[in-house]
Amino acid sequence: MTATPGSASPMAAEPRVALVRAGEPRVVRFAATERHLHTAHATAFMVMLFTGFVLYVPFMAQIFSDRPLMKAAHLAAAAVWLAALAVVLVLGDRRALRRTLREIERFDDDDLLFLRGRAVPQGRFNAGQKVHAIVQAALAVLFTVSGVLLWLGERDTALRLPGTLALHDAAALLAGALVAGHVYLAITRWESLQGIWRGTVPESYAARHHGKWSAREHSGDGAPRPHGVARLGLAAGIAGIGLVAAALLVRDVLG
Amino acid sequence: MSRVDDPSDLGGRPIGRRAFLGFVGLGLSSLAWGGAAAGLAVQSTKLVPEGLRAMIPFGKGWRIYAVNPPHPRFDPQTWRLTIEGLVEQPQTLSYAQLLELPQARQTSDFVCVTGWSVDDVRWSGVRFADLLAAARPLPSARALEFVSAEKPYVDSLTLEQAGAADAMLAHGMDGKPLERKHGAPARLVMPRMYGYKGVKWVERIVVTDRIRDGYWQERGYDRDAWIGKSNGR
Repeated sequence: MTATPGSASPMAAEPRVALVRAGEPRVVRFAATERHLHTAHATAFMVMLFTGFVLYVPFMAQIFSDRPLMKAAHLAAAAVWLAALAVVLVLGDRRALRRTLREIERFDDDDLLFLRGRAVPQGRFNAGQKVHAIVQAALAVLFTVSGVLLWLGERDTALRLPGTLALHDAAALLAGALVAGHVYLAITRWESLQGIWRGTVPESYAARHHGKWSAREHSGDGAPRPHGVARLGLAAGIAGIGLVAAALLVRDVLG
Repeated sequence: MSRVDDPSDLGGRPIGRRAFLGFVGLGLSSLAWGGAAAGLAVQSTKLVPEGLRAMIPFGKGWRIYAVNPPHPRFDPQTWRLTIEGLVEQPQTLSYAQLLELPQARQTSDFVCVTGWSVDDVRWSGVRFADLLAAARPLPSARALEFVSAEKPYVDSLTLEQAGAADAMLAHGMDGKPLERKHGAPARLVMPRMYGYKGVKWVERIVVTDRIRDGYWQERGYDRDAWIGKSNGR
């Protein structure tokens, strides 16, 4: 049957083998929307981690003595980050993202065994990856709330809460440690890095590390559909608001 | 043929959603108790040397704030401190002359309004009574304005506040001359107020008949920055 936008029917399935090179069949692990979301989040995170680290650690503050510039970059990155996430949600394949969300938030018995160190077959995300995604999502919320409160607290002392700085610091330390592990695991498993970079992983890799997913029929990207004018306009509006907010924050800090 | 986009097919329980909501809830509640918890954590880091403490979570370490980098440079040959305004005899002191004035020492805590602090900082410097003795403030004098070499940083104390037993113009810290990042060669130390009152790189003290808003007061911070009794606390 033909998939129509907005219907409950499954989208047109991608061919199972997305790319064949040198006899090694590959399967789609991350759809384009997932990769764009990851790129937007990861890039902004790295900018904010670096600038935040300079603001936080005196040793770094001496090397990069231009504190206002670091603060301006930190705040601008935050505005662009939130806008970029919203733009990906507006223009991307939201149904695929909802499907991904359900995959991540559900834990079965195998997942619980995996977390206890047992080598049991895993789905497209292993249980460790699920835990990481959930904690990072929660940290993103906490970063946003505490960051906005820090910003407001500089303007109105009534909004300066006793735990704001501690929450922002603790979130940064935890997120930084998690990302260090995340990056380590990615670069030591070259195929998984290709997965987020190009979208596909070798079929043998999928079978070895994600046996339960590999055995299924893969449903990757939905067939790209043209965006309506209203949707493109909404995305452009959000992007515009994000950039204007970033510019205003830079002007406010650098004066 | 099973499909991944059928949620009933995934099996398992939505533990992840509950974990997410629980984590966010715990984090948000820490807005109320996180400050106290950080304070307790800080108490337990006192055994670690100061240099390392800055690297550990909530460690006791300085965070260097500047409003107009790079930090001003101090040249002992050319540096001058001027004392002017409502005084009988305006003064211009060299670094050597500052060190010749009666010296005072104290150990006090440094508390920043943003939530970090450094305990037991050993300061050496000059009390304001001694600093102003030669200049002789006029009867109309009410306040001291401390002008930093880092423009446009400025802040003020009333004469009464500056007369506090633990207020000083410090030129030494922890047994060494003040470092550049801490405001070399001289900074205001007012331990019972938040750190933003402690003007660094002081190059001019103006005696005035009324207190004027400083750099951070123009940005919403309290003029009388008593620790624990100002800025919303």
